[in-house]
Amino acid sequence: MAVTKWKSALLHTGLIAGFLLSIFPFYWLAVMSTRTTPEIYSYPPKLWFGTQLFDNISRVIANIDFFGAFMNTLFVASTCTVLVLFFDSLAGITFAKYHFPGKKGLFVLLLATMMAPAQLSLVPSFVIMAKFGWVGTYKALIIPGMVNAFGIFWIKQYAEESIPSELLDAGRIDGCGFFRLYWNISLPILRPALSFLGAFTFIGVWNDYLWPLIILTDESKFTLQVALSSLNGIYTTDYSMVIAGTLLAVLPLILLFLFISKQFISDIAAGAVKS
Amino acid sequence: MAEPLQTRTRLEPDLRTRQPERRRGLGSEIWKHRYEYLAISPFYLLFAVFGLFPIAFSMYLSFQRWDGIGEMTFNGVNNYRFMLTDVEFWKAVGNTLLIWVYSTVPMLFSALVVAFLLNASFVKFRTFFRIGYFLPNVTSLVAVAIIFSTLFSNNYGLLNYILTQSGLNAVEWLNKTWGIQLAVSLMVVWRWVGYNAVIYLAGLQSIPTVLYEAAKIDGASGIQSFFRITVPILRPIILFTVITSTIGGMQIFTEPQVLVGNDGGVSGGGLTIVLYLYREAFVNNYFGYGAAVGWGMFVLIALFSIVNWKLVQGKSDT
Repeated sequence: MAVTKWKSALLHTGLIAGFLLSIFPFYWLAVMSTRTTPEIYSYPPKLWFGTQLFDNISRVIANIDFFGAFMNTLFVASTCTVLVLFFDSLAGITFAKYHFPGKKGLFVLLLATMMAPAQLSLVPSFVIMAKFGWVGTYKALIIPGMVNAFGIFWIKQYAEESIPSELLDAGRIDGCGFFRLYWNISLPILRPALSFLGAFTFIGVWNDYLWPLIILTDESKFTLQVALSSLNGIYTTDYSMVIAGTLLAVLPLILLFLFISKQFISDIAAGAVKS
Repeated sequence: MAEPLQTRTRLEPDLRTRQPERRRGLGSEIWKHRYEYLAISPFYLLFAVFGLFPIAFSMYLSFQRWDGIGEMTFNGVNNYRFMLTDVEFWKAVGNTLLIWVYSTVPMLFSALVVAFLLNASFVKFRTFFRIGYFLPNVTSLVAVAIIFSTLFSNNYGLLNYILTQSGLNAVEWLNKTWGIQLAVSLMVVWRWVGYNAVIYLAGLQSIPTVLYEAAKIDGASGIQSFFRITVPILRPIILFTVITSTIGGMQIFTEPQVLVGNDGGVSGGGLTIVLYLYREAFVNNYFGYGAAVGWGMFVLIALFSIVNWKLVQGKSDT
């Protein structure tokens, strides 16, 4: 496409403006976390970095068990991710590469469950968790989320195209059982699909708020998002600390995202367009 | 001598077992594929316990009066009757719809524009832009709400600073219904433009450039080819984003809850349906009523998804 220099400059300017709007709140967060509370509330607002970052962070650590909340979140998110990867890939590969009676119907049923509205099960799920005695425990966060229809669908699509049936047959002739075919032959091939599903799950669990807010009762078990919102609700006078806590809570995920962003974004696009 | 014997022993059990297996029918078929069923069973078990059962249970619960601890008492349709006559509920429905309109329309439009620009061959650093635009989407909503509360702060917010600097009056954003709704909508727009742009971009990349070249030869302007070629081909993808934004928009909770609290702010402008459900069920402990609100919400989401579907689909007939 031949475009005049003017037009190109104009469009680039528009793109850059949108880009700056996208990342400005992060900049603003970073600036404020280096300021004192009076400075945050001062007029005119400070638009450049101050010197209080470490002071603010040390108050976050003194006031809430930030490290504990971080480890809790890391634990819940990684456990969930590992379990999702295991169960989703096992089911996805089975749907993609094996034949068994009722397969088609079961898969349609699986797709249909994706339509099940989440807001309906909020109250009863809590009641079930209470009956199981799981309220206030990580079981309530991990077990319902350890396998999901989206992931199975995603892995199935990928496995159908990428795992050659001949390879599985060869494995069978060599005496591989079902689980070895899965673990030693199929899983390595699925690595790209697994890394996307893993990142997707991890980010989702890390950022989850409503369900942990309902389930977690004990402060020592709070995940980052719940701890952060309680910090925001309680310490209104020490706002710079709240902001520094917010920075600490988003930073790990931003770094993770920047690390995997290129592949992650194209996988999101592929998944959406396919379905 | 050893060899034929071995083949016989290897074949024979196979033949022997296959015959009766056929006679036994489905049961043995299932047994033969036990590993396959075992592999897929976790999903169905978990769905039965944490998906299907809760839905059935929520139907039952919605006809009960229950505080979560004491006895359940049958309440007939009173929960629903109360819901339909509760001013707060309708306010929550109205708020949710307003926030949804304020956010979805500019969000999808900007996403389309961004995708269109990112797809233009002369644009440089496309990957860089994509990452920047997508970044808000991976940030936690709690953090986003906290950041936005400082931008919209009544007295010291950046927005009011900009307003007063340009000679206008400061606005008490978080004390006004429309102010809260604007803040929440902006959060949604900010967080989802990049995501939707990435999806549109994937759609755009599947459009053959020949079409645009042909249009150009015919004398079509850029804007004409955008509305006559790009939009019609993207229609299924636009439909997908409209439906997902409707479902997401009806479920807005974290933004207003963190921004203005469980009551949706001084004016109640941030009281969305899920926030209302959360407050009634988990703050006020009206569990039965919460379940009824869940069903009300389900009906609304289904209704709006169908309306959207019809609207976006209907256009393609003309």
